[in-house]
Amino acid sequence: MELYEAWKPLLREGTATFSQEFYVKFYQAFIDGGRWQQYLKGVGTTLMATAMALTIGIVLGVIVAMIRTAHDQQRPGHHNPILALLNTVCKIYVTVIRGTPMMVQLLIMGFVIFSSSRNYTLIGALTLGINSGAYVSEIIRGGLMALDPGQAEAGRSLGLNYIDTMRFIVIPQAFKAILPSLGNEFIILLKDTSLITVIGGKELVYAAQAIYGRTYEQMYPLLGIAVIYLVLVIIFSWLLSILERRLRQSDRR
Amino acid sequence: MIDVKHLSKSFGDHLVLNDISEHIYPGDKVVIIGPSGSGKSTFLRSLNLLEPPTAGTITFDGVEITNPKTDIDTVRRKMGMVFQHFNLFPNMTILHNITLAPVRTGLMNQAQAEEQAMTLLRRVGLEEKASSYPSQLSGGQKQRIAIVRALAMNPKVMLFDEPTSALDPEMVGEVLAVMKELAADGMTMVVVTHEMGFAREVGNRILFMDGGKILEQGAPEAVFGNPQNPRLQDFLSKVL
Repeated sequence: MELYEAWKPLLREGTATFSQEFYVKFYQAFIDGGRWQQYLKGVGTTLMATAMALTIGIVLGVIVAMIRTAHDQQRPGHHNPILALLNTVCKIYVTVIRGTPMMVQLLIMGFVIFSSSRNYTLIGALTLGINSGAYVSEIIRGGLMALDPGQAEAGRSLGLNYIDTMRFIVIPQAFKAILPSLGNEFIILLKDTSLITVIGGKELVYAAQAIYGRTYEQMYPLLGIAVIYLVLVIIFSWLLSILERRLRQSDRR
Repeated sequence: MIDVKHLSKSFGDHLVLNDISEHIYPGDKVVIIGPSGSGKSTFLRSLNLLEPPTAGTITFDGVEITNPKTDIDTVRRKMGMVFQHFNLFPNMTILHNITLAPVRTGLMNQAQAEEQAMTLLRRVGLEEKASSYPSQLSGGQKQRIAIVRALAMNPKVMLFDEPTSALDPEMVGEVLAVMKELAADGMTMVVVTHEMGFAREVGNRILFMDGGKILEQGAPEAVFGNPQNPRLQDFLSKVL
């Protein structure tokens, strides 16, 4: 505090040493006026938006993947018209979402569809979730298709219905197989929450922008949030690897 | 028990089963032989509608299972099936593999299912594997477990789709021994196999299939001892 006050004028005079300048700017970016709390709040919002988007994405992804595989695996000559309609809806959803940039989707959701709402973070999380669902559905579909069809056949031959076969046999195995891809999607999602800033969501990037808007010093806040994202991703990657190892227990021999 | 009438199946333009009519009686041990691509596996798999036929009807215990209104899950509970590649569930222990279907279909509660599973496992000499995972077993052990898993539903008929074809030669015997025991207990069985010794010993009826048709059938002595159809003669000369 005292050092900050003492060295600050030196910067203006242009006589500060490198370490003095570093200290002052670092202090300005992270400590002065309790600014670290803004980052902390940003991290909180980022994590919350990620969690919400992830939940929405997985729910949507599972539904879409189930509809599409159920449709593709129908017995020939047993075409269910409702399933066909749902399948078309799902295909359009995946095509539109994957075919347009996330940024554009965010701007449309924030400024067109929900233009009267002030809850930017929620809208952002919703948009990210809808976006993620399209990718997650394709990941899940890949996992379901890669599984040996004999597994589902064995379940059905025992008299288990479609739902039970999926629930106890197909999905647990598919989940294990797609966990690395899902983890990847999760990490992308975590970082993509930074885009919510463009519609006014108050997450990490917003915090950094607010701070350098006042100090006119961009480098420290931006490098700071880059480090925060990196640390978050490293922590989650580590947690994912633990989960993967636990799921692989039935493979031991 | 199983009545098949004018069964046909095609994949696209390729006709795999060509107007087959056949009847399987209670206690029958029907062994289906024939060259690969003859449609024998497809025929077996259509008996429980894993392979839905293109035309014809199949009736099991008086229920026409090819009728779309029939609840096929209920019918399949009475038809056990054993696959060439075992298809055990790798994400579950052996015990769970066996108890899953009886419990989920409401046939018995968990305790009853486990008790029955242990009894069956003892019968095939694998009770100490109950808490192992499939990846820890040999092929022969896996196939014996697969048979136990199907038996746990108390089926009326057992369908075997080349149960020994994926096994190392020294493991074929242990699986055939279980199947012979099952046959001796009076189980109705339909077996697709290349094990001619087993066919001769256990089968009471041999069906020879080729080109999607049953070309010849009869008691093992007749089919193996005095084959009439030239294709069967040719086939037997190659495999015996």
